[in-house]
Amino acid sequence: MSVESIPYTVEPRPDTGVNNVKVGIWLFLSSEVMLFGALFASYILLRHGAPTWPHGSEYLNIPLATVNTFVLIASSVTMVMAWASLMKRDTRQYRIYMGLTILAGLIFLGIKYVEYSEKFHHGLAPRTNTFLAIYFTMTGLHALHVFGGTVVNTYLLGPGMKLWERNQAQFTNRVENAGLFWHLVDLIWIFLFPILYLL
Amino acid sequence: MESLGHSSHSDSQSFLWKYVFSTDHKVIGIQYTITSLLFLLFGFTLMMLLRWQLAYPGSPLPLGWLLGEGRMPGGVMLPEFYNELGAMHGTIMVFLGIVPLSVGGFGNYVLPLQIGAPDMAFPRLNMASYWVYFLGGVVMLVSFFLPGGAANSGWTSYPPLADIATTGQTAWLIGIILLATSSLFGAINFITTIIQLRAPGLSFMRLPFFVWAQFVTAFLLLLAFPPLEAAAFLQIMDRVAGTSFFLPTGLVVSGQVVDVAGGGSPVLWQHLFWFLAHPEVYVLILPALGITAEIIANNTRKPLWGYRALVYSALFIGFMSFVVWAHHMFLTGMGTAIAAFFQATTMIISIPSVVILTALFLSLWGASIRFTTPMLFCLAFLPMFGIGGLTGLPLGLATTDIYLHDTYYVIGHFHYIVAPGTIFALFAGIYYWFPKVTGRMMNERLGKIHFWTSLVFMNGVFFPMLIQGMAGVSRRLYDGGTSYLHAQDVLYLNVVMSISAWGLGLAQIPFIYNFFASIKKGVAVDRNPWRATTLEWLAPSPPPHGNFEALPTVYRAPYEYSVPGMEADFLPQHKPGPDRATEPVPKPTQEQPAET
Repeated sequence: MSVESIPYTVEPRPDTGVNNVKVGIWLFLSSEVMLFGALFASYILLRHGAPTWPHGSEYLNIPLATVNTFVLIASSVTMVMAWASLMKRDTRQYRIYMGLTILAGLIFLGIKYVEYSEKFHHGLAPRTNTFLAIYFTMTGLHALHVFGGTVVNTYLLGPGMKLWERNQAQFTNRVENAGLFWHLVDLIWIFLFPILYLL
Repeated sequence: MESLGHSSHSDSQSFLWKYVFSTDHKVIGIQYTITSLLFLLFGFTLMMLLRWQLAYPGSPLPLGWLLGEGRMPGGVMLPEFYNELGAMHGTIMVFLGIVPLSVGGFGNYVLPLQIGAPDMAFPRLNMASYWVYFLGGVVMLVSFFLPGGAANSGWTSYPPLADIATTGQTAWLIGIILLATSSLFGAINFITTIIQLRAPGLSFMRLPFFVWAQFVTAFLLLLAFPPLEAAAFLQIMDRVAGTSFFLPTGLVVSGQVVDVAGGGSPVLWQHLFWFLAHPEVYVLILPALGITAEIIANNTRKPLWGYRALVYSALFIGFMSFVVWAHHMFLTGMGTAIAAFFQATTMIISIPSVVILTALFLSLWGASIRFTTPMLFCLAFLPMFGIGGLTGLPLGLATTDIYLHDTYYVIGHFHYIVAPGTIFALFAGIYYWFPKVTGRMMNERLGKIHFWTSLVFMNGVFFPMLIQGMAGVSRRLYDGGTSYLHAQDVLYLNVVMSISAWGLGLAQIPFIYNFFASIKKGVAVDRNPWRATTLEWLAPSPPPHGNFEALPTVYRAPYEYSVPGMEADFLPQHKPGPDRATEPVPKPTQEQPAET
């Protein structure tokens, strides 16, 4: 017989104090920080080198983006509440909060769609100038992350919930880690909003 | 309970699930090894082809017409095809050959065994890592058949050229994003595995140096690849959506102003690219140093000299490698203050590299060395890597770099690091761990033929490059310098290098034969044929699913060879007993029972 199962998938390793997935998700988040960090750095370099740089309000819809900012922050709160509900073993409440989180993600993407189509309608595309190029690239990549997070959350509300029956601790961990990702996506937007729209 | 059900299920796995879509780190390691060895051969073949044009510019290559009218009409290489070969050689060797072999191959196979783990922390992510890598490789290969051929703007893909290049460049960017994603999956897995799955008693300072090297490497991959991914996104936007991230205002191509918004910065790409590509240099070299350390300790039958110095140096290299990137860009017109900063950091990072090399050299002192094939490769690695490292110093100083930049000297310098350096260490690793993977030894005589011929030809290829470069020959000349006056005195070296390159190709035949023949016909050995101390040699050869019969416990440092008072000259990590490092045992009492 040989050793088969991988240890510390759910329970924390005593000397490190965390389980494998927690280490993994933080490493993943650190790489995401580097990904967006490079884009933020590119933004600074391009703006610094440009003779003129438009104010966000010349092209962008600040009220809509403000609503979006609140939607995303609210979704982070509901995400934490969803996890907290699982800690209390209240699946009914979990479903409500997770549903709200997904709804917020969809509202965010919907508003983003309205913003994008408004731009295209006025003939404003990434190729128009460097400001719009970096705007579309950064918010586009961010929107992909929101979409990815929403897919994961939907899975955790739907078929992924079967795991709750078998292993409550593992399912709670999954929701927690999905939440960590969701908070990062939220955090990135909190940086994107001022630099693109307000500054 | 679940694991038991899993194991009974795994016995009845079909071929497809056992060998193709496997989540076992050993199968994935083998998949990585085979695929990356094939890519190394393919990338090398591109270069052997290119070297024909450099040695005999404009003369038809026998049977060269087989490659088609668009590439070699009548056997004469077109400049466009020459550019494709150059760009794809670099890309394939670095991203599809050496890194996947040293990290995906050796890391995957050896690392969990060395830390006494049943598998990687995330086996399915591990499988995804391989298949995304595979897909990236396929995209790179297919790009040769796109209109205009594969990417042809150099492996560095500098814009504006890369922004306006043929479709192959877009495929290159997609390929790079896939390979970066694969590296990301791998890096997360490696770091988590090392932190979480070390066997009981295996503290960080008891880790084999190979594990440390992989640990630092994984951090470099984790944090350095995303900026390149971002850069690739930006370049794709430039090429597909018509943005001008890397295109300056008023760019003129073929006498016409390009119709773009402009306002971008070509130097921005260089910053993003080298922010990855300099740490990448250490991704190429650290696992090689790890393999070398393992083999040197084993074949000198002594503990490594300065284990802690090695570990701290590797960590310091990892940190410093993020703040040296702009030494590739001294000629972009950056200010002298910034140049001075990067020059200083570059000189600083050479210190830990020298510490590692010195510690490995000192490990040889006073040893009765076993000259096995893996040890020969490692012994050659040390001076070859030394040449590579020392020739880098003039490139790190802005003043001398202005003269040497983009000459063959640069090519000679980094090939000394990665070819007779890293690739020799990788060969050493293959000879060393082959008995663990197959239960059989590779043939020593063929191995020695492979070693000596490779050593001679490697130097025949790369040393003349240093001479040509100092004469001022540029690295990207289609005619190898024939039309340049200053290159005339060193032109004959092109033939020397090309013949050496083809000789190097022939020198790999004994290796390829040895590799496949030994799987079936090699001498069968027990699980620890090298009499080594680290945990991978405790597992059966080949290790079963789950690796160990029972979870090992570690009692001491990784390289306890020739411990005074012991009957055998090696004291494995898993053997119960005192640890000399923390509880020094008085020697006389230790020796007494051994003599009776």
